Amino acid sequence: MSQAPTEPTASSVAADASDERLIQSQGIGGVLSGFVNRVRGGELGMLPVIVGLIVIAIVFQLNEPTFLSSRNLVSITQFAAPVGVISLGIVLVLLLGEIDLSVGSVSGFAAASMAVLMDSRGWDLLPALLVGILVGTAIGCLYALLYTWIGVPSFVFSLAGLLAFQGALLFVLGDKGTVVLPQDSALRSFAREKFLSDGQAYVLLVVIVVAYVVSNLLTIRRRRAAGLTPPSLPLVLVKAGLLLVGLGYLTYYLGIDRGWSYLPVLFALLVFLVDLALRRTTWGRHVFAVGGNEEAARRSGIRVPAIYVSVFALCSTFAALGGILIAGQLTSVSQSSGTTDTNLTAIAAAVIGGTSLFGGRGSAWSAMLGIVVLQSIQSGLNLMNVDSSVRFIVTGAVLLLAVAIDSVSRKARTSSGRG
Amino acid sequence: MTTAAAPVRESVLSLTGINKRFGAVQALTDVHLDVAAGEVVALVGDNGAGKSTLVKVISGVYQPDEGDITFAGRKVTVGGPSEAQALGIATVFQDLALCDNLDVVANLFLGQEKRRGGLIDEVEMEKESWRLLRTLSAKIPSVRIPIAGLSGGQRQTVAIARSLIGNPKVVMLDEPTAALGVAQTAEVLNLVERLRENGLGVILISHNMADVQAVSDRIAVLRLGRNAAEFVTKETSTAELVAAITGASDNVVTARAARTGAADGSKGGPA
Repeated sequence: MSQAPTEPTASSVAADASDERLIQSQGIGGVLSGFVNRVRGGELGMLPVIVGLIVIAIVFQLNEPTFLSSRNLVSITQFAAPVGVISLGIVLVLLLGEIDLSVGSVSGFAAASMAVLMDSRGWDLLPALLVGILVGTAIGCLYALLYTWIGVPSFVFSLAGLLAFQGALLFVLGDKGTVVLPQDSALRSFAREKFLSDGQAYVLLVVIVVAYVVSNLLTIRRRRAAGLTPPSLPLVLVKAGLLLVGLGYLTYYLGIDRGWSYLPVLFALLVFLVDLALRRTTWGRHVFAVGGNEEAARRSGIRVPAIYVSVFALCSTFAALGGILIAGQLTSVSQSSGTTDTNLTAIAAAVIGGTSLFGGRGSAWSAMLGIVVLQSIQSGLNLMNVDSSVRFIVTGAVLLLAVAIDSVSRKARTSSGRG
Repeated sequence: MTTAAAPVRESVLSLTGINKRFGAVQALTDVHLDVAAGEVVALVGDNGAGKSTLVKVISGVYQPDEGDITFAGRKVTVGGPSEAQALGIATVFQDLALCDNLDVVANLFLGQEKRRGGLIDEVEMEKESWRLLRTLSAKIPSVRIPIAGLSGGQRQTVAIARSLIGNPKVVMLDEPTAALGVAQTAEVLNLVERLRENGLGVILISHNMADVQAVSDRIAVLRLGRNAAEFVTKETSTAELVAAITGASDNVVTARAARTGAADGSKGGPA
């Protein structure tokens, strides 16, 4: 299995490469030209975000030499993760072409429920945390009922939720206004003090790269056995090498300071799982189908209401989890938890990362890319001691730019027949 | 018209005495229709003749008020589109119902994905897609491009191929050539013949007399919710068909044909 694939094992051409109109592209050069064609056709993928990150890095580094320091990058990964979890839920809702404006309020309310149960009622962390997360799930189910039974547009019920759950947050917190998590709480140390050791980080890295290569080798073998064009082995190895070197260097660089916090690792794991569910399970396929053409999905026998229920419930659950992680990170829940910028940042991150507002197009990874962009901007502006007014304006401008790119690439897709 | 029309063959799908009312409107009155395996039956009629209602009765969207549906020798009730599919009656609707953002493989297997260890089995599905498209001699360059990148005829091909996933016995095509160009129409008509060669019963709903005459074995004409006439295609002239559809030998189309001097001898509608 280690030699480069030259020809499919079958004597004839692979079934998917037999049409003479197909432009055959082979090897690394073919991959590059295919990439250029895709970008021209409006299939931008992660390109705008990566370009954006490079621009951000250069601009802030020139102004503030500590921006790319190990310490600052560690804090970016640490603070990006909780809001990123919320953003992951937004990605799911956007894939259906819907929106949830209330994730910030839900995150605050869920965290407050958990904190109050621990503080005033003396509950243990685990049951309180579970209740907090289930609060989110219940809210999502309520939204789904409003949507599928009564037909209230998602914009409206989530706007109502934005207000109502902010009120619920104030109500739960009561007169105290702020609830501090216990000093020895495991949640606090998980969110603030736990880091992977160097050994753990490198072992994890090797496991990821090996899993990537093995899964690709299995795909190559199965596709070849089925008489289809297998992915090119050299390309897989090049990608695996890049992954190893890139992540390896990042791990080394972060390791100069404290290394990988548990938070971004948990976030990356969630993104990976959601991505797997979206691309490789029938549920994920049906989410894309409903987002692309709901009527077609219904006629194919997909239970469309069940898809809506699962997605709204997941979105609010992720919001609750994110809110709880934020509470752990800040060590307390206050009246301002989950207000203003949590909402804004989570929704903006999903869109900036490349998930379309029009439904049916996007990826779980966009939550990660988007939140890294926004957190970098925030961190850079903080380092430069810029007023928060500027931060809002810059975030708004970046969001507008991202949506503009989405719209332009959508036009390019339409004209080049990529939908 | 390669195979001989044989209305006496045993029918795979048979409707008798179908009645359907909507409020004060009698949409279908005592309608009957038979389709045999390996036979293409065209269902024609003017706007409001009841074609769509009949299609929806067969595909289970509407329940008939009265009448029997016999499928493969058994009396059945079709409770809904999924029940129709489970029985072996596939419908390709006029608007195709494809997801533009998904690729051909995903669309073909939408709602009936093949799984392997809990995950979608892309390799098996892609292999099966190629097999299916080859039996239809379909011209799709790649099954990994989104539907949005395909032409109208190719989309129709995908929609028809998709209807064949569950091995149906009867396929209903609602206006399959309505929005297509000349070459694409020919492609779809080839496809219909391919379905017949594969032993399927085909119900073809169309407004286009040329298509109907090119590909069908029999033609059932509906007018004002009743069976107006039934023809064996190769023994029928366009004028006869038009007369049956409009309900008069003295109609706009024959008058025009007579004026231009190209009319067949019309026999008048058997209303």
